Amino acid sequence: MNMLTDAAVETALEGAPESKAAKMRGEKVNVFYGGKQALFDVSLDVGENQVTALIGPSGCGKSTFLRCLNRMNDTIDIARVTGKITLDDEDIYNPRIDVVELRARVGMVFQKPNPFPKSIYENVAYGPRIHGLASAKGDLDGIVETSLQKAGLFNEVKDRLHEPGTGLSGGQQQRLCIARAIAVSPEVILMDEPCSALDPIATARVEELIDELRENYTIVIVTHSMQQAARVSQRTAMFHLGNLVEEGPTDKMFTNPEDKRTQDYITGRFG
Amino acid sequence: MAEHIVASFDQELEHIDRLLRDMGELAGSMTQAATRALLTSDNALAQRVVSDDTIMDAKQTELDERAITLIAKRQPMAQDLRAVVGAIRMASDLERIGDLAKNIAKRVGAVGQSATPRKLSHSIDTMASMVLAQVNAVVDRYVARKASDLVSLRDEDEKIDIHYTSVFRELLTYMMEDPRNITACTHLLFCAKNLERVGDHVTNIAENAYYILTGEQLPVQRPKLDETQMTVKS
Repeated sequence: MNMLTDAAVETALEGAPESKAAKMRGEKVNVFYGGKQALFDVSLDVGENQVTALIGPSGCGKSTFLRCLNRMNDTIDIARVTGKITLDDEDIYNPRIDVVELRARVGMVFQKPNPFPKSIYENVAYGPRIHGLASAKGDLDGIVETSLQKAGLFNEVKDRLHEPGTGLSGGQQQRLCIARAIAVSPEVILMDEPCSALDPIATARVEELIDELRENYTIVIVTHSMQQAARVSQRTAMFHLGNLVEEGPTDKMFTNPEDKRTQDYITGRFG
Repeated sequence: MAEHIVASFDQELEHIDRLLRDMGELAGSMTQAATRALLTSDNALAQRVVSDDTIMDAKQTELDERAITLIAKRQPMAQDLRAVVGAIRMASDLERIGDLAKNIAKRVGAVGQSATPRKLSHSIDTMASMVLAQVNAVVDRYVARKASDLVSLRDEDEKIDIHYTSVFRELLTYMMEDPRNITACTHLLFCAKNLERVGDHVTNIAENAYYILTGEQLPVQRPKLDETQMTVKS
């Protein structure tokens, strides 16, 4: 009789997605808006070529943490950040860091699609042009096409590249914003509830896109949809009242979370 | 456990739990009635078991439909998800127990014709009460959220297996003693086998219930003792 030992069975069952090499790392991050503290000692690694989902009830600090990752909080006068955040082991809050260059490396997609009031082409071409990524018009055309293609939008808009971006549907506009973020060849893409203003079909397209983008980019997504977090991410971090409550493989977080607060939140018992 | 923000979500989960409890009770009473019908040649009781199986099937269908609707409507997560998926699986085991009881009941006519020596039925009777205790306990322990009890309950199945082996040997002896016993003993043997299978379904239910309550799977190995195969060879 061929009996499997417990150890052999356990070895066979292993293969849960482990934490990959950290692309970005937050260490004891605190954020204050004036006198109010919004984040408390948050330490979280963002694995390379992975989708990390940040979940939690409104006001829990997930967007605040996301915005720290490309120093978007700098734009708020009363915001103050302490602790350390690194991108490829380099402190992004180091005064020598060029914030514009940082934001090219760590791109962002917002909740509501916000295309520039310009043509579809210009929306995508704007970033590469100001960052000097294209030396000739032909190069720029190439970047615009590949970016739109990667964002899964090219076939829908190729015949009207010079029409206003604002004329597209909501879902198309959001994919245009993703194309715009990709155009400057970022390493990390931050998404703040990218699908909350989209219908289910457009949401499915964006989720499919996120899965494809993961091959080349590191993605951090804030979402209010548990199902979306479960579908698109490999790791999930749960925030509550400015604290990081629990972080782990997404599969485990949604079937058997450890922390009672995570359990209550994802099962709809508070929030 | 705190309540859901949406109260009807709790009600839907409770309804599924209630159906599971009903099915558990029905599985217990069917097993008991079927065995008693067989041992006392009670045709009317056997008929009741056969018709109870229709109720069992209907309850399983209702539970499945409610579970699927709940998943579609609420997209349950974590322990809620485990509870719903686990309920579907437990219901299917309970429904199988109903089928096995019905199968025992259907033998009543056949055994009744060939006069069964009463002495043959004693060990089956004992085995039936062991199995019955297991069936009644398993849903009870799940509803009471007693995960540790489920582990010991699963391990109890070993005793049923051991008893099955001894019933098997005993019936074999009777058949060798007097070939006129063969028909009755064969039916009783099937009955014992069915009871042993009921025990296995209880084990499945216990494992499922444990997973729902804790989120952890019980270790794969469990006590297993069925020596009838060895007996056949020797």
